[in-house]
Amino acid sequence: LDPERGLSLSIARVVQRLQGSSLHSQLERQARVSLHKPEIKLESLKEDIKDFLKTSGWEKKLQNAVYSELSVFPSPCHPAAPPEHIKEPLAYMRKAQGSWEKRILKSLNSMCTELNIPLAQKRPVNEQKELLNKWNEMGTDEPDLSLFRPVYAPKDFLEVLMNLRNPNYENGEQPSFRNHLGLIQVPLKVKDIPELKEDFSELGLNIGQLGIDDSAQVPPEFFENEHVRVGQKVLAEQDSAAAQQYVRQGCPTALRADLWALILNISNQPEDILYYEQLKSNVIQHDLLVDSLIYKDVKLTASNDDYYFVFEDYLYQVLLCFSRDTSVLEHFTYSSATPPKSYIRGKLGMEEYAVFYPPNVNYNSFILSVAPLCFLYHEPSKLYQIFREMYVRFFFRLHSISSHPSGIVSLCLLFETLLQTHLPQLFYHLREIGAQPLRISFKWMVRAFSGYLATDQLLLLWDRILGYNSLEILAVLAAAVFAFRAVNLMEVTSLAAAEAVLADLSTLKVMPLLQIFLFATVT
Amino acid sequence: FKIMAGKVKWVTDIEKSVLINNFEKRGWIQVAENEDWNFYWMSVQTIRNVFSVETGYRLSDDQIVNHFPNHYELTRKDLMVKNIKRYRKELEKEGSPLAEKDENGKYIYLDFVPVTFMLPADYNLFVEEFRKNPSSTWIMKPCGKAQGKGIFLINKLSQIKKWSRDSKTSSFVSQSSKEAYVISLYINNPLLIGGKKFDLRLYVLVSTYRPLRCYMYKLGFCRFCTVKYTPSTSELDNMFVHLTNVAIQKHGDDYNHIHGGKWTVSNLRLYLESTRGKEVTNKLFDEIHWIIVQSLKAVAPVMNNDKHCFECYGYDIIIDDKLKPWLIEVNASPSLTSSTANDRILKYNLINDTLNIAVPNGEIPDCKWNKSPPKEVLGNYEVLYDEEMAQSDGTDRDLRSRPGQSTGGKGSRARDSGKPVLTTWK
Repeated sequence: LDPERGLSLSIARVVQRLQGSSLHSQLERQARVSLHKPEIKLESLKEDIKDFLKTSGWEKKLQNAVYSELSVFPSPCHPAAPPEHIKEPLAYMRKAQGSWEKRILKSLNSMCTELNIPLAQKRPVNEQKELLNKWNEMGTDEPDLSLFRPVYAPKDFLEVLMNLRNPNYENGEQPSFRNHLGLIQVPLKVKDIPELKEDFSELGLNIGQLGIDDSAQVPPEFFENEHVRVGQKVLAEQDSAAAQQYVRQGCPTALRADLWALILNISNQPEDILYYEQLKSNVIQHDLLVDSLIYKDVKLTASNDDYYFVFEDYLYQVLLCFSRDTSVLEHFTYSSATPPKSYIRGKLGMEEYAVFYPPNVNYNSFILSVAPLCFLYHEPSKLYQIFREMYVRFFFRLHSISSHPSGIVSLCLLFETLLQTHLPQLFYHLREIGAQPLRISFKWMVRAFSGYLATDQLLLLWDRILGYNSLEILAVLAAAVFAFRAVNLMEVTSLAAAEAVLADLSTLKVMPLLQIFLFATVT
Repeated sequence: FKIMAGKVKWVTDIEKSVLINNFEKRGWIQVAENEDWNFYWMSVQTIRNVFSVETGYRLSDDQIVNHFPNHYELTRKDLMVKNIKRYRKELEKEGSPLAEKDENGKYIYLDFVPVTFMLPADYNLFVEEFRKNPSSTWIMKPCGKAQGKGIFLINKLSQIKKWSRDSKTSSFVSQSSKEAYVISLYINNPLLIGGKKFDLRLYVLVSTYRPLRCYMYKLGFCRFCTVKYTPSTSELDNMFVHLTNVAIQKHGDDYNHIHGGKWTVSNLRLYLESTRGKEVTNKLFDEIHWIIVQSLKAVAPVMNNDKHCFECYGYDIIIDDKLKPWLIEVNASPSLTSSTANDRILKYNLINDTLNIAVPNGEIPDCKWNKSPPKEVLGNYEVLYDEEMAQSDGTDRDLRSRPGQSTGGKGSRARDSGKPVLTTWK
């Protein structure tokens, strides 16, 4: 596809998506209002209106919206490509994802049959009232959840990934140093350190970073003060692209909430708040099986976390709404997943009574990706929107099988390749003692390290996810952690001992680890 | 002439592993209370006996104890308030700018204790104040108890009729400390996080009161209530909503044994910086340091600055929704029980760092030393206020807003000469 054709296709697609959006109508309204202004002259109407939109900041808003569309949706491939190819170009990946989904759905359905609970049903009125009353403190409820089993565990998902094979690729050689020794056996292209150094150039040794150059021993005049000043300027300009570039060096804590909202193009308009309230009323009116699974999961994970337990109630609110949010279905055009859809009992086929099951339906990684956001946003509808946007841009890729460079399969392969290439002795040793490194690091990556790192470190890491619009940094960090603890790991003789060495990441400082691994290790 | 020369001999009334492990790891030797000892970790009852006039106990130069003889001037709720009120009046009389008041008659810099009265002695004064705000809620606390025992909330005068009667009967009978209560204006607009109320527990070590030298432990924590906070009057009786003491929360249905409802102070700072901004967060922490030092200055003149003593206090502070910190009380014997694994580690380290400062090099102490430990032994403590330093060279060895950093700020002779630089201490 030649670049010009690709460009015009992109433009057409962005125009199509923004047409009819609320931004579109606001721009129209602004243009109409501007007609009353003296500087708008009939002879140069078009130019004058354009100038007006520029000076009043509306052009910037449009820019941000376009930027957002380009960041989220993949560039179009051939115009004749069928929709499945946009979801996932590789047939065998699509097939694997399809089987995995079938498995989950089967498990869900059998749970429903066993417990005699429908997937979705309308709540009786008195229950609705009760739920509305305790909307802000669902954490105090103690329903009997003992019968609900987790639909699957991270290990199960890893097994599926390990068994992926490309039927067109035959590697007849015996495993050896020249082959890949890890668990992932599909030939996806992953980056090597020189390429990563280029991609993550702003993390280089001679560039200031938050997470390194703002530590107590460094006088703030060296870097921190100036960086904060620039951040404030970026916010004043309200420029999404500039913000994304800026956060590569980390966000000052006081500016982070606004910067992330700017990058994700979330402005919490009245219609957004209304939408959230609508979702909330859907939760009140209908009871979903998945609600109990979410409930159980929050109880097990976030409630027991040193940092997140305080926000337990917010987690219920966000997640219960999320599972009813059919606007999320839009992102499935570029995700390999196709979520199982269900209808409220008795309303089969009626779209307004449709609910969908996100593919990671009880995976506690889901919860852990909401919890850190509670440190930044305490207004429920804004928290919800930020989470939803983070999910449809990034986190969904951790739970579905695809060939995307930020997909979990690629991340696993990137991790293993980095480790095998740069710490071959360690990799070989761990493999020999039955402690394949991916078995340990999988859970970190699939949760984007949430629940493992200290919150301030996690937020610094997620700054870079947003800044680089990619999850590859998770794999790099995982490898860097192994490199950091290599000496101890070389001495262990069992998987359990290896797990123990890597059990506690709460004291790790993320940015120095990344910097050393990428820029200061002799390769 | 000591047989085991060089080994510190210790006694304790408080059989807690965080203490004993620390003594043993220093190779100290346990002895009985009636033997020759160098270090005695006393309970508050023992300290009362040791320093009481009747026993005439004399401590020798190589003996150290962990309480000041009249610590209750700070740690009893009624005496703390009395001393702070007295301190404020003295400053006012001197014409010190620290005692400046605003147009409503409230102290600008020294209003950090909620309005408090002693009962039954101040009953009438209390009623006058109560009637100014009849919809206010007040908290009744017994003077001599701890761990949240005996505390209750009232919002009607009828609920404390008993003290009204008592105040009328005999005005000169001194109340035994067991029956005296303080009644304070209840802070019904606490800062909430996740909808939950919390308070701050900070540890402060005082090695001497004159000159005042105190250290703040960097690893304080927030204690959360398990139930969502509501100022609604129907929940006044639900102590799980209102009292953050772990001893009370522990028995709530939702109490969680893994995290014990606690956050580190650095978590709090991260949350506040992220949601409220850096300046107001720094201001809040500066104010917290300020009120701790002011409370110590208030009692310094009446404290028996016995050179055999040091003390590690547990400060309880509540932050309201305008980010103003309030001093609730000071504990002489902060709990050394651990509710979670993290807690155990924290308290172990707290004792360790405390001993490093109070008993230099872990050797037999000489209480005539200058009580100026080198910076390296502070561990997780930071100098909060060093009166000698402040006066000698005009630079304050006190905390900067950034955690983990203690630099000589730009001099504040200011605080001692009376010109306050309140938003930061620099």
